[in-house]
Amino acid sequence: MISARGLTKTYERVPAVRAIDLEVAPGETIALLGANGAGKTTLLRMLATLDKPTAGQLEIAGIDALRKPQQVRALLGLVAHQTYLHPELSAAEDLRFYGQLYGVPELDRRIERLLAEFGLAGRGGSRVAALSRGQQQRLTIARALLHEPTILLMDEPDTGLDAEGMTVLERLLRAGGRTVIFSSHNARWAESVSRRVITLMNGRLA
Amino acid sequence: MAARPVVDAVIEKRPAHPPRASFAAQLGALLWKDLLIEWRRRELLASLIVFSLLVLLVFDFAFDLRRIEMPVAAPGILWVTFIFAGVLSFNRAFALEKDRGTWEGLLLAPVDRGAIYLAKLLAGVLFMLAVEAVSLVLFAALFDLPADVPRLAAAVAAGTLGFAAVGTLFAAIAANTRARDIFLPVLLFPVSVPVIIGAVKATGLAFGSSDSGYPWLGLILAFDAIFLAVSFAVFEFVAEE
Repeated sequence: MISARGLTKTYERVPAVRAIDLEVAPGETIALLGANGAGKTTLLRMLATLDKPTAGQLEIAGIDALRKPQQVRALLGLVAHQTYLHPELSAAEDLRFYGQLYGVPELDRRIERLLAEFGLAGRGGSRVAALSRGQQQRLTIARALLHEPTILLMDEPDTGLDAEGMTVLERLLRAGGRTVIFSSHNARWAESVSRRVITLMNGRLA
Repeated sequence: MAARPVVDAVIEKRPAHPPRASFAAQLGALLWKDLLIEWRRRELLASLIVFSLLVLLVFDFAFDLRRIEMPVAAPGILWVTFIFAGVLSFNRAFALEKDRGTWEGLLLAPVDRGAIYLAKLLAGVLFMLAVEAVSLVLFAALFDLPADVPRLAAAVAAGTLGFAAVGTLFAAIAANTRARDIFLPVLLFPVSVPVIIGAVKATGLAFGSSDSGYPWLGLILAFDAIFLAVSFAVFEFVAEE
């Protein structure tokens, strides 16, 4: 599903990720561990086609992700550090906006269902700005799942999540069926919900 | 929390090929989002209107406009006001998305980059037209200058479209720089000179200045078409960088 060879990213001569080779099979759930500055976020952003590698090759679902990033993006769901939510819109409006961009069929039904299953059924009409940090994080994960992505990339999705949100996240990670790569600082928890663990150290696979 | 796990339900029904929204649907969603956010913030439009009114008052105090030949001075005064308001508006359109990180959310979605450009352009034109309408009403109240209203409306609308077409593109470029507030006018003003000259001249004709016989409105429309086509074509490269 994902094939990276020699993936390297350098910021102003400082290497953030160094020649990483990574093969990810369809349906695999991979935890990405490492200290701050180990390169987890940079690697995830390159896999999400948001950052161009300085060197290396990246193929996602058989598509050259460096040459045709837009073809790959429709297959991806990303939970990043930033929520990508609009504070002035309601939770349902924000999901509807992204759903319209992705062309999600039966959008209203899908939004209703996602909100319900992420514990936000009564908050669909609430402005994003009025939601708590944990509720915003749950909405962020719901947004990433809205278009039913084949590959889900999550950068520290457990950050700011309350107990209710953690339950949904764990279910998502244990369900299988889709390719998931997520980073976390909570090594014990990450190992318990993933099938494979990758540790980064100074931009390299440890 | 509902009993049925969302993740399982999602996986069961995952389509073999991802759906794709039409260009019109994407454009509508993007424009609706920008207008709704501005309606709820009521920040940009209010600031632009106040800014424009202040500029007009500054001109009034600085030049004593009742003593100079208004049909000659009026178009320049109005377009200086419109242009500065426009720059503030364009800068804001992308800066807000970048600062919040929602720009990445847009880039990640399989959205036609042309739809993003057109939505930002249309929102910018609508904001500028609203500011221009208020400015013109105040201008009329302050200086009581007779005007050929349809001709004035055509000149303002055509000039605004051309200025916004190139302004939206350059705002997207400037948003990637640290000094975007300065960078945008530095980029935009030289390139938009043909449209601004045409707009000032066409506006002057609406105020009764002597007709040189030159088809200024036609010139603006020609530049509108060129700026729109070029900006639409290159926006994808700008957005991805």
